[in-house]
Amino acid sequence: MTGLQIAFLLIAGITLASAIMVVGAKKTMHSAMWLVLALMGVAAVFATLQASFYAVVQLLVYIGAIAILILFAVMLTRGALEDAGGPTHKRWWMVALAGTLFFGGLVWALRLWSGFTAILVELPKDAEHIAEFGAALVDPGAYLIPFEAASVLLLAGMVAAIYLSVERKGGRT
Amino acid sequence: MTFLDFLKDPVVFLTQWFNGLLAGWGLAPGAVQAIGVIAGSFILATGAMLFVVLLIWIERKIIGRIQDRLGPNRIGPWGILQSIPDMIKIFTKEHITPSGADKIPFNVAPVLAVGAVLMVWAVIPFSVTFFGVDLNVGLLFVVAVGSLGEMAIVLAGWGSNNKYALLGAFRAVGQMISYSVPMILAMIVPVLMAGSMSLVQIVQQQDVWFILVSPVAAFILFVSSIAEVGRSPFDLVEAESELVAGFNVEYSGLKFGMFYVGEFLHAFTVALLFAALFLGGWRGPGAEEIPVLGFIYFFIKTGIVYFASVLIRGSLPRFRIDQMMDLNWKLLTPVSLLVLIVTAVAYKLIAGLPTVIWVLIMLALNAVIFWLVGKYLELYDSQRIRREVGRRDRPIAKTKKVEAQSESGAGL
Repeated sequence: MTGLQIAFLLIAGITLASAIMVVGAKKTMHSAMWLVLALMGVAAVFATLQASFYAVVQLLVYIGAIAILILFAVMLTRGALEDAGGPTHKRWWMVALAGTLFFGGLVWALRLWSGFTAILVELPKDAEHIAEFGAALVDPGAYLIPFEAASVLLLAGMVAAIYLSVERKGGRT
Repeated sequence: MTFLDFLKDPVVFLTQWFNGLLAGWGLAPGAVQAIGVIAGSFILATGAMLFVVLLIWIERKIIGRIQDRLGPNRIGPWGILQSIPDMIKIFTKEHITPSGADKIPFNVAPVLAVGAVLMVWAVIPFSVTFFGVDLNVGLLFVVAVGSLGEMAIVLAGWGSNNKYALLGAFRAVGQMISYSVPMILAMIVPVLMAGSMSLVQIVQQQDVWFILVSPVAAFILFVSSIAEVGRSPFDLVEAESELVAGFNVEYSGLKFGMFYVGEFLHAFTVALLFAALFLGGWRGPGAEEIPVLGFIYFFIKTGIVYFASVLIRGSLPRFRIDQMMDLNWKLLTPVSLLVLIVTAVAYKLIAGLPTVIWVLIMLALNAVIFWLVGKYLELYDSQRIRREVGRRDRPIAKTKKVEAQSESGAGL
């Protein structure tokens, strides 16, 4: 076992454990914090795969923006946001069974996928072409339309947020 | 001969000596490299934190002089050792955890606050041969790591179980996220001109310092990085007259010390970044042949930027929160967008011209932007309605606008 494999196992373990804690934690705030750790684990996986650009973007977008927004939203929500007792749902084992079956089905369907058995090759140092990636995002033949569509979606979200939060004068709604 | 080599480039000399020593003990090359990386990062981080001792003294001394005091002057020559007894005192203080505090976030936050700043030092090139790592996404890494600092403040504010701390954290994160926008936009300008996001490359491309090519972007970066650190005039984060001390109100002893160290280190780190991005980093006469000269140049440049930020800290009053947001969203963000667009277009159009002409054209464009912004501000200021506050006959200086308004607007 190489050092990289040990690092991957550690990171994967931490990521999975914190992902479970996201749904398992009693306080909503703690869930949000575990989510941050899980997202950081994903960034670390990217880093071990020599994809430093994606690692950094993962950190920037998911932790710098989204996780902080989630933390804010949780903090601004009224009430203590704590689970008082056990699960509200009595038949939780049925849900667990369904989840396990679904996951098992996915694994079974993908069992012949070549990605499972592929051997990772170490990339050369300059294998990451950020410039080409950037050009592909604005190339009509590549990803221009998805890219623009995503920005229109974000714009729509922003307009909606402003509409919801704007103070209406004179009590009119 | 070897002594001269050592003087020319102590870092590389010591690294080679250390690696040779380890290899002589019969360690595998991989192990030697791993030990080297761990030792290097340990030394860099410790050096940075010890450097803060000096920074605190310098800052107290300058602020003291601004306020017509002597500043620290008892321990050591010129009081230079003052921070060391302060440090020992803070080590011996009790760690108080407030009741109802969320223990893990409460204790993780101070570590994260310092760690997030120290991580930036990993990608800064201190001289031609001395840098932690040459990441091809260096600048993006700096920004991403900055978001960990925001996370530290959120955790501190939440974990303390204190309303003032939470309010301080809200303010801090609102301010930091807002000011990231013009800061990142201003950082893109050097990236455009250097054609790379790696800080090593950006410094190497600066045959002409980028502050000469884009002074407006440099100014925006300077202002927004002061706001990012949260120092005066942007110190709403820990406005002691409003919030007691902001997000760190519940911290004591070493944990408070960590936030304190983090703040000073952050202030110096943004000065380092500014010097690397706009003032040519380690570049200067003879810096390529004798790397230690580059190190000295870099710290002189950084020192000038840091001194300017300390002067501003000592002399300006605090903004109100709406003024702070206005400055960011109504002025800095649009201007930085404008600068970015103008630079991107102009740079492509005039890329083939000789350096002098090219720099002059860019300077002229920046002057036009500066003038336009000044005109816009004049217009904005003249159209703003100033409400009169207090008694009509209050003996204060009034602008003509206000007088006219108070005469005609008696029915308000």
